[in-house]
Amino acid sequence: MSGQNSPGAKSMRTPLSRVRSLGASHSGTSDFWRQRMTAVAMVLLMVPVIVVVMMLLGRNQAGAAQILGSAPIAIILLLFIVASTWHMKIGMQVVIEDYVHSETVKLACVMANNFFCIAVALASVYAILKLSSGV
Amino acid sequence: MALSIVHRATGIALYFGTLLLAWWLIAAATGPTAYANVQAFTGSFIGRLIVFGYTWSLMHHLLSGIRHLVWDLGYGFKANEREALTWGAAVGGISLTILLWIIAYAIGGGR
Repeated sequence: MSGQNSPGAKSMRTPLSRVRSLGASHSGTSDFWRQRMTAVAMVLLMVPVIVVVMMLLGRNQAGAAQILGSAPIAIILLLFIVASTWHMKIGMQVVIEDYVHSETVKLACVMANNFFCIAVALASVYAILKLSSGV
Repeated sequence: MALSIVHRATGIALYFGTLLLAWWLIAAATGPTAYANVQAFTGSFIGRLIVFGYTWSLMHHLLSGIRHLVWDLGYGFKANEREALTWGAAVGGISLTILLWIIAYAIGGGR
């Protein structure tokens, strides 16, 4: 991605060393790290999220909206939404890279995966912010 | 053990299960009618089955994922340790799911 790694730039590095360890996604180990970081975040958030869901069981919309609109609960859910959609974006990309071997189809699947995860994330974040602002 | 593929399968199930979660949040932000629609679905037999499956997928993926984090840190590679971690995740996932649903019925039924 960076300039010094582009093929045209003057570099002492061999072509092999430039591509080594970049993997099927051409992005190196950053996804590996983010997958673990979001996993640990969700391990920490799991108990609070389960408590929130239990609080909402059996309530009508007015009761649910009141609970979801409170600051600590909204923040817990926002953190969980960001961690989970990011985690599932990386996870599904790994599955795609494992099973889809045509480069064109793979790119289309990776793109659709990104669209899906970003749409789910923003729709959920929008709902939480709407409930928190009370409009 | 064949649990590696179960970790992946539950991950894919959770991926599409987030649609239900997003629908539920958007309905809560929309109004009483939209929220009642979600409750009618999750209260139906097929809805309960899907939410039960989602709960198990989440609990299994959570414990199986912790197992992978243990391996990432370089522990638990001995044969008996691998077996213990794998069986722990499998049995723990089912146990936690049943426990959560008992609590859910106790709380939700009381309201």
